[in-house]
Parts: sequence; structure tokens; C-alpha cells
Amino acid sequence: MSRLSPRDMARTDAAPLTDLAGEELMPLPTPLDSAAAGPSWHPLPAHTIAGCECGLDNTCAVNVPRPKSRAEEDDLVRRFLSGLDKLFSRENNWTFLKPLILTMEHCTRCQTCSDACHIFEASGGQELYRPTFRSEVLRRLYYKHVRGGGLLSAFQHGDIQLNWPLVARLIELSYRCNLCRRCAQVCPIGADNGLVAHELRKLFSQEMGIAPKELHASGSMLQLKTGSSTGMNAAVARDNVSFIDEDTAERTGLTIETPWDVEGADVLLLHNAGEIMAWPENPGAFATILTAAGIKWTLSSELAGYDAINYGLWYDDAQFARVALKHAEIARKLKVKKIVIGECGHAHKALSIIADRILTGDLAIPRESSMTLLRDIVVNGRLRLDPLRNHFPVTLHDPCNMVRLMGIVEPQREILRAICPGFREMEPHGVDNYCCGGGSGFAIMSGNNFADWRFQISGRKKLSQILTAFADCLSPETPKYVCAPCSNCKGQIRDLLAYYDLWETHRILYGGIAELIVNAMSDVRPGFIEWEWR
Amino acid sequence: MTTLYVLIYLSLAVALAASIVRAVRYARLPLNLRWELYPVPHEDAAHAGHGGSYFEDLDWWTRPRHRSIAGEAKAMAAEILFLRAMYEHNRRLWLFSYPFHLGLYILIATAVAAAAAAIVSPQFSALSLMGAAGCVLVILGTTGLLVNRVRDPKLRSYSAPADYCNLVFFLTAAGLLFYTKIAPGPGLIDTARALLTFDTAFNMPALQAAAMAISALLIAYIPLTHMSHFIGKYFTYHAIRWADEPASAIHALDRRLAEYLGYKPTWSAPHIAGDGATAWLEIVSRNPSEEQSK
Repeated sequence: MSRLSPRDMARTDAAPLTDLAGEELMPLPTPLDSAAAGPSWHPLPAHTIAGCECGLDNTCAVNVPRPKSRAEEDDLVRRFLSGLDKLFSRENNWTFLKPLILTMEHCTRCQTCSDACHIFEASGGQELYRPTFRSEVLRRLYYKHVRGGGLLSAFQHGDIQLNWPLVARLIELSYRCNLCRRCAQVCPIGADNGLVAHELRKLFSQEMGIAPKELHASGSMLQLKTGSSTGMNAAVARDNVSFIDEDTAERTGLTIETPWDVEGADVLLLHNAGEIMAWPENPGAFATILTAAGIKWTLSSELAGYDAINYGLWYDDAQFARVALKHAEIARKLKVKKIVIGECGHAHKALSIIADRILTGDLAIPRESSMTLLRDIVVNGRLRLDPLRNHFPVTLHDPCNMVRLMGIVEPQREILRAICPGFREMEPHGVDNYCCGGGSGFAIMSGNNFADWRFQISGRKKLSQILTAFADCLSPETPKYVCAPCSNCKGQIRDLLAYYDLWETHRILYGGIAELIVNAMSDVRPGFIEWEWR
Repeated sequence: MTTLYVLIYLSLAVALAASIVRAVRYARLPLNLRWELYPVPHEDAAHAGHGGSYFEDLDWWTRPRHRSIAGEAKAMAAEILFLRAMYEHNRRLWLFSYPFHLGLYILIATAVAAAAAAIVSPQFSALSLMGAAGCVLVILGTTGLLVNRVRDPKLRSYSAPADYCNLVFFLTAAGLLFYTKIAPGPGLIDTARALLTFDTAFNMPALQAAAMAISALLIAYIPLTHMSHFIGKYFTYHAIRWADEPASAIHALDRRLAEYLGYKPTWSAPHIAGDGATAWLEIVSRNPSEEQSK
């Protein structure tokens, strides 16, 4: 079979460009080093193949309905072209126009970025997942349709045919990148293929109204409607947290009462509401630590105030700005001294970095990472801690949004060095870390057989890192803990460990960093970490 | 000779103008949302070693920022002089790309030194050797890059015809220039003096004239293409990757933001409904979920 080229995106046959099921993927270490290890790939459901555009690979993330007529196809292509123009216009895309144009105009296609991409590597080097593949498609479209095109342009930049199959494949392909920007980190020019995936997603969402339902309809729209993408309204959130307080008090032997809507508090704590629903021990641990450390803190019951998530970060500038403005407005109204962001990587980056230049004036409330605050509490002796309570192997996952994209590297390590005698690093780590494979929304996307792609391709490198970090203690007699101080990463690692049955067979558990701190608190009943799968 | 001199001066003017136009065009693009990438080398010593940032400090906004100019200069020097990113992450290509770039640096230095020598001192015997060395490095590097681009499928699949022509262009120019270094003819300094004084009586062999003409055209051509990454890189590094200044430290941010928030987008999706009359600020202040449930 000939090598795939960007021009193949316009192929009109229905067959996917790549069939991963028959490919040799990156080998995994022990105990998954045999070819048969791990579940096999589920085929795409027949109704999805019949009704949706699935011409890219073995999966389908966005579920774009197949057009019913040629006229409908032409209309979709026309809308795509209209969006393409807007993506490169000042009025429509001032937010990212500069980095986008620089990436379009200066990539030398040297492919230095390829080896940095965990998806490309895990797939066994599938051309489709090379970071420059989708960028090259957009680059050729940019020169042809935005910059005027013509023969000279085709000579200089290469040609590409624009048709509906190409657009449909590009929609899917924009959701085969975790936006971790490891590729950009190694680029000698400073081009950013992760940004290209981000901008393509924006074009599809902002112009064509196309985005995965988990991110838009059940994500940012639901958050703006009920207050949280979990669907919890404020009353339910308060009830759940009240239950968490009771449960935590019972487990710790301390009195825990989460404060709500306290005006003038020092800290407005923003949790990813997924923690409240899926990992209640995490908000419980935060309440325990902040209470014990004597910090004047509060949660907010305002719309979106009890959910730090901001899915717009991954696909839509307007949705992003709406949520960021709400978070800042809540903090302003409560007159808090600072916002502290819980264990949620994308919320860290969204509010601290990406929103920074739009939160000016009285919305410029200082934002801080919970890693920093927790480090201060731990290393400055504000809690009585017994590290021997955490005497089990612990490794640390570096959430890309918090580490490579914000530079928060050491605080979480200082904590672990202080309270976990069995702490060991993954390789590579810090700013060179690999994404968990659930970044940019994938952790909450499991439609069709997308989960197979998430665990066999995008999560493969992280799985390999975890197994290698615990290579000396893989036996199930030794319980092991992957510390992932980010809700999305935690969700991905949970699903990854479950997919490969690694809790049952090798006792590898996952969790946040706050739980480890409470587990080490001398004033708390032993055994806060329960070593049960959840 | 007049035609050659005009061509050379015109090419230099085009190169300068095209570089300025490109740089100004990038500089005038709106200030993007923050999009930095760590490590950022101007972070202070407490953070830079592990790729950290000021966000690692408790109450970071209350602390004075220490920006390490030396750290940034060191990173820039390593990148400009040694192509460090490529050395670390794509050693195979660096083996050719580095001699190519080093050769160009040497040729530029030779040309500048020749012009200076023509004005201040008539003797500088090392110049010819420098020029020849620069040419050899460019020839070796370009040949390697060309062979790689032809033979390596991952480079070939993404190459446009111009990518090959560009390399052939460099190879031709460097080859001819090298020939003029070893063939009999006027020296570099004499040629530079003739060019600077517009000496129309000056004689040079046809191949030397061709070498100079092709080199001049190449100089004019580079800033018109993606090969102008000496400009692009300034912005990708300083305006994006390393641009970690907090909003409070950005000059005239409020004025610029007011302009951007006043833009009237035309995005068509229902949750934005940009009609070209409603400003960005108004659009993002609306809650589309509330409108949907009405």
C-alpha cells in the first residue's frame, strides 16, 4: 500500500484512510508485552457507519451525519470555506491569529515534531497521526483559498483538492490530537501543530456548529445552563458536598463543614465538579486540609461557580470566554482575595493563562494553583504529617496543562517527596511529560468505539510509563498509587487501568494528591486511602 | 557591470523591504491570548532549571518578578548559533541543516568583512578562505538536505516542488560562488570595492558575474518565502512561546483589549450568531443556554 499523503484526505471512496486494527502498535512493557495482551478493538457500530462520516480511521468521535445529497455536501463545503476565511481574519479570530499565521507560514516540514507525539508513536507511526499531517492539509487550504491560490502558490506550497470527504475527515482528525503541545515544544521554528488542531475545532464549532456532544451540548452548554457539565444544579451540588462532609468526618474523625458563598474569604476554591460526583474523597480531602490549616476559604453556589471546568478551552473561544468571565465575576462578587484552582489541569490553564489577557480591571482576581497552596501547607509544617502512612510506591503524572503549559512542576513534587517515601518519577517527566491520552476532552469521550482508540492509541504511552515506573514492584502483593492531580487525567488513567485490568491483576490504583496528604495526616484516622477500585 | 550592480542593490533592497514588511505584518497582528510553553528561559534561577514558572510561588502576584536576560540570551545563542532544538530532537537532519546554516552565516560574515575591508583596509587574506569554507559547508548541507528530502518518504510526502527548487537554488549559488573562489579572477575585496564604488570599468569573468547575480536573486527571494524563519522565529519564540508576562505587565493592554472586544465577528454557529453588528464582548456576555431554553 502506498504511503498516505495529505491529498488522500479528499479520497471519495468510503474506506477509512487507516485501519489500526491490523497495524502493529508500539509495544508495551511487562506485563502487557505479549501481542495478545489487552482487549481487542471493537468494530464501529453498523448504525454509525451507515449514518455518520467514518472515513478516517477505525473510530468516530464527532458523529457528523452523512449528507443526504450532493447539494447538502456542497453547502457544507461552502460553510467550511466561509469558516476558513474567518479563521484567518482579525475580527473573527484575534485571539489566536498570530500564532496560527506563524505556524502556517513557517513550518519547514522537517518532521522533528513527529517523534515527540505520543499518538504518532503509539500508533506505530501511522502517517495519519503525524503532527504535520493535519497541519499540512490546513496549510495547503490556507494558501489556496485564503491567500489567493493559483499555480505559483501550488508550486510553492503544494496543492490539495477541497471536497466534502476532506472536510468530514478533517473534522474527525481535529479530534485525534490531545492538544498537549509536546510537538510544539521540540519544533526548531516554534510552529505549533497542536494549535492547528485547536483552531480547526474552533472553525467547525464556531462556524458550522459541529463539535462532539460531550464537549458542547453535554459540556459547556450544560454548564452554562445548570451550572455544571455534570448536570448538577447548585442545590444538588450543595447536597452532595454536605454528604461528602459527613463521610469525610466519619473517615477522618475530624469535624468537616464546607463553607459556601462566604464573602471576603481568602480563598475561593474551584473544583472540577467531576470530583464531587466521581471522586468525592478529593473535595473531602481538600476540606480536611484547608480546615486543619486554618485557611478562610469558600466554595461558590453561583452558576458555574462550583465547577471549574471550561471545555471551551478545547474547541470554542466564545464558550471559553463565557465560562472564564463567569468564574472571575463570581470571585469579584464574593470579594475573595484569590481563586485557588483544585486538581484540574485544564481549569488551571484556562483561568490562569488563557483568560489572563481578557480578565482585566476588577475581574483581575489573582488565580493560584492548589499545588502551590498545598505545598505551602505541607512544607511549612501547618499539618502534622506521618510519611510512613504513605509507605507504598507512588508515581506522579504531570498534567500537560499544569506543567508544560503553565510551568507548575516542583510544588507537587515537593509534597510527594515530603510525604511519600516510595515516590518515584516516570520517565520522562516534568515539562517533558507525555499526555495521559485523555487530554483536550478525550477523557470524557467514549462514544462508538472511541474508548478503544483512547486506550490503545492515545493512552498507550502513559500506560507504558506507568508500568515502567512500577517495574520493580508489579506483583499484586504491593499496592501502587498513580498520583494524577487533574480530574481529566485521573479519569483517563482510571479507564486505562480498568481497560487493561491492572487493578485486579497488579494492584495499581490512581488518585489525587490531596488524598495522599490527608492519608499522611497524623490527626486523621489511618487509612483515608481505602485501596478499593472506584 | 552596471546591470549586475543594479541587480545586486535592487535585490538587497527587495530583501530588506520584504523582511520589514513581513516583520511589520506579524507585529501588527492582534495580541493573542497567552499561549506560552515551558521551559521559558527568562524565568529566574529558582524556576528555570526545571522548566518552572512564577506560578510555582505562593501569592506570585505579590512578589517582584526577576527576568533573567542572561538565561534568555543563552537560549537564543544556542538556538541561533548551533540550532539546538534540531540538534536535540532531530540529529539526523541537523547533520546537514547545521553545516548549511553555518555556511550561510560564514558567507554573510565574509560579505560584510569584504565590504568593511574594501573601505578600511585593502589586505585581508583570510577572506577568500572564509568564503570558500562557507560555500563548501552550504554545498554539503544543501546536498544532504536535498538527498534527504528526495529519499525520505516522510519528507517527500510533504514537500512542494518549490522545496526542491529552493535547495537547488542554494546549491547553484554556492557552487558558482565556490568556483569563483578557486578560479582565477578578481579578489573578494576588489569586487566589493567595485560594487561599493559602482566601478563600471571593473572586469570580472562571466561565471563570477553569474554567481553574484544568482546569489543576489537568492537573497531577494528568501524573505518572500517560508525560509524567512529568521523573522518568524522571533515572533514564535518571543511573542508566543516565551511570552509569559502577566496581563498587568503588558503595555496598553486595556486599550488593545477594548479594540478587540469591539470587533464584530460573523461566526455563524447558533451559539455565537455573529451578525457582524454585535461586538465580541456582547456575544460572550450572553448565555446561549438561556436563549436556547426561551
